[in-house]
Amino acid sequence: MTGKPRIKLPETITAGAVIEIKTLVSHVMETGQRKDKDGNVVPRNVINTFTATFAGREVFRASLSSGISANPFISFFLKVPGPGELEFLWIDDQGQRIAEKMPLNVA
Amino acid sequence: MTEHPSSSLTRVAIVSRRDVVVGAGCAGLVALLVRGGVSQAEGARPATFEEAMKAILGEAKPIASRILLELPEIAENGNTVPFSINIDSPMTPADHVKAAHIVSSGNPQPSVASFFFSNVSGRAAVSSRMRLAKSQDVIAIAELSDGRFLIATRNVKVTIGGCGG
Repeated sequence: MTGKPRIKLPETITAGAVIEIKTLVSHVMETGQRKDKDGNVVPRNVINTFTATFAGREVFRASLSSGISANPFISFFLKVPGPGELEFLWIDDQGQRIAEKMPLNVA
Repeated sequence: MTEHPSSSLTRVAIVSRRDVVVGAGCAGLVALLVRGGVSQAEGARPATFEEAMKAILGEAKPIASRILLELPEIAENGNTVPFSINIDSPMTPADHVKAAHIVSSGNPQPSVASFFFSNVSGRAAVSSRMRLAKSQDVIAIAELSDGRFLIATRNVKVTIGGCGG
C-alpha cells in the first residue's frame, strides 16, 4: 500500500532563497464510500495529516480529507533558513506513519 | 504544478442552489454512513458545503482579491484533478497568510484540504491533486494574519466523476 516517499528539491539551494518542495507518497486514500464485492463499505483510510519540519521546527502542515487523490502529491515553498535537515511525516486514519528525511545542501 | 494556463483571476463565490442540491445526492450516502457509525472520522467533519464554508469563515465576508486558484476547465478524470493556490502576500510577520483552504461544492466530503504556512514559507502557494465527483465549483479561501479572508472560485467540468472510485 505504501512505498518510499518521493521528494524533489531544486538542484542548487542558497540561503534565503524561496524554494519549491514537491512531495509524493503512495497511499490508497480510501474514501469510505466504496463497497467491496460483498457489498460491505470499505472503511475510510486517508492520509489525514502531512507535516514538514526543518531543524525540528514545523515549516508547513496540511490536513487532508478523502477529497485528495490517491498517492497524494503536495508541493509547497520554503524560505531556506540555512543548511539543515528537512523531515516529512504522513499519518493516515489507521495511525500508520510514513517518515522521510532529506538534507538541505545549501550552496 | 497544474497544466492549466494562468487564465482568469478570481471570481466571487456564487455557488448556485442547484449545484448544492445536486451535490446532496452523493452527500446523502455519507450522512447514512455516519449515522450508521461506519465512519467516525467522517462524522467530525462538516457534512455539507455550507457547513464547510462556515467552519472556515465563521461570519466573516471574504474578499475576492489577491488569490489565484488554478484548475483545469475540463477534467477528463475526476479521480485526479491538479490544482494550485497562489496568494499575493509579502509573507512578513506583520502581513502574511496563515492558511489556505480548498472546498468543493459537489463532493460527498466538501472539505478537501487545509494548508498551514509558517514564517519561513516565503510564498503563500501550494499545489496538489483533488477528486471531483462531478462538475462543480471549487473554492479556495485564504486566511490572513489580520483576520480577513480572501476567496476564489472556479467551475470545473468533469467528464468521468471520481466519486467513490
